[in-house]
Amino acid sequence: MVSILPLVLTDATAHMRGKKLVGPVSLTLSPKGFTMVIGPNGAGKTTLLRLMHGLQRCTKGQVEWAVPAAQARDRQGFVFQSPIMMRRNVADSLAYPLRLRGMSKAEAQEKVAKCAGNFGLSDLLENVAPLLSGGEKQKLSLARALITEPEILFLDEPCANLDGRATREIEHILQQVQARGTRLVMSTHDMGQARRLAQDVIFLMQGKVHEHAAAESFFSAPTTAEAKAFINGDIVE
Amino acid sequence: MSGYSDGFGGAWKLIFTLDPDLYEIIFLSLQVTITAVIIASIIGLPMGAWLAVNRFMFRRYVIAVLNALMGLPPVVVGLFVYMALSRAGPLGGFGLLFSPAAMIIAQVIIITPLIASISHQTIRDLWAEYHDLLISMNATRTQRIRALLWDGRRALLTATLAGFGRAIGEVGAIMIVGGNIEHATRVLTTAIALETGKGNFAFAMGLGLVLIVIAVIINLAIHIVGKTERASTW
Repeated sequence: MVSILPLVLTDATAHMRGKKLVGPVSLTLSPKGFTMVIGPNGAGKTTLLRLMHGLQRCTKGQVEWAVPAAQARDRQGFVFQSPIMMRRNVADSLAYPLRLRGMSKAEAQEKVAKCAGNFGLSDLLENVAPLLSGGEKQKLSLARALITEPEILFLDEPCANLDGRATREIEHILQQVQARGTRLVMSTHDMGQARRLAQDVIFLMQGKVHEHAAAESFFSAPTTAEAKAFINGDIVE
Repeated sequence: MSGYSDGFGGAWKLIFTLDPDLYEIIFLSLQVTITAVIIASIIGLPMGAWLAVNRFMFRRYVIAVLNALMGLPPVVVGLFVYMALSRAGPLGGFGLLFSPAAMIIAQVIIITPLIASISHQTIRDLWAEYHDLLISMNATRTQRIRALLWDGRRALLTATLAGFGRAIGEVGAIMIVGGNIEHATRVLTTAIALETGKGNFAFAMGLGLVLIVIAVIINLAIHIVGKTERASTW
C-alpha cells in the first residue's frame, strides 16, 4: 500500500470569520517519527493539528498528502483533548470505526477484544463509555483511534486533564505505538512530556512556526529567543 | 356529584364486562394512532436528523416553518385532507374518505412536524458533541445520521411519545375525515364527543378513563423499555 506520507504544508493558513487562526505555515512531516507541537496558550497548536487532519479548512496555501486527500483521511486518527465519548458501551465504541469501514460484526468483535486487551480495557467492555473515568476515557479514545491502524495519529493534548499515573500509561502506549511504526503528531503544554517523547519539535507562537527542529537540538540550543524563554519556563505571550 | 359517581360506576362496569363496543373503539384508536406514529416517526426522525446535520440555504427558515407547523390546527388539517380525499379532490379516486386510512393520513400530517422538530433539537445537541469525531472518522452523511439516531434513540423516544400523545387525543381532524361512523371509524375521542352530546355519560367516561389509562401505560412502557430514566444505560 502506498504511504500517505509525507504531509506537506505550503503556506497553509486557517481563517475563521475573517480572523486568522494560524499560518502561513510551511513544513513537511516525514513518514516516521514523533513530532511534538508546543507553544503558549492561543499559539494555534490545536488549530494546526486540525488543519493537518482536515477538521479545519485551509483557507490559503495547501495541505498535501502523498495520495489524494479522500484516500488519506481513512488512514489518519485523531485524539481530542476532551475525549468525545459516544453514548455506547466500550465494546461498541471500539467497534464503531471498524463497522464504518464495512467490517463484519464478528471480525470487529474479534479485533475489539484484542485491542481492548492491549489497552487494558478488557474488563470495561460492557461499561457505558461516557461514564468512564477521565483516564479510561482517554485510553478508550486512543484505542478507538488506533483500532483502524492509522498511518498517522494526531493527538491534541491527550494528557491535559490526567493525573501522573494515567499520563504515564498513555505515554507508554504512545511509545509502543510509535515503535510499531505509527507516525505521531501531538500537542502538549507539558515540557517534561515533550522532552520524554519528542523526536522533533514544532514551536508555535501567534499562529506561526517559530522553530521546527530535532528534539535534541531544540531543547539544547533553541535558535529563537522566544523558544529559549519558553523552554526556560518564562512567560511567553 | 352523583352524575360523576354514576358515570364512573358505569365506566368500570363497561371496562370489566369487556363491552364489545368499547373494545372495538379502543382497538381502532390504537390501530390508527400507532400506525400514524410509526409512519410519522419514519418520516420525522430522519428529517430532524438531516436538518441538524446539513447546512443549506434557507435552513433556518425551513426549521422555523417546521416549528410553526407543530401548532397546525387539526381542524384545518382535517379540512385539507377531506378536500384532497373527497370525490372531486386529487386523491378522490382512492376512495379513502371516511376510512381509518384517511384518519391515519390526517394524524401523520399533524404529528410529523412535531416529531421532526423535537428530534431536530435532540439531534442538533448530539451533533454538536459528535461533529468532530464523526468527521474525523470519515463517516458519510448517511452514517452520521444513523449514528446520531441510534445514539440519541432514548431521547428520541420523547419525540415519538409527544407524537403519540397528540395523536391519541386528537379529535377535530379525524372527526372530519373519518366521519365517526359506528363500527368503521369511531375512535375514543370522537366517541366521547358523540356520547357526551347524547348525554350517555357512563359510556363517555368509560372511554375517557380508557384514553387516560392507555396514554399513561404507553408512556410508562416506553420509559421502561427505553430505560430513559437510567443514565447508566444511556
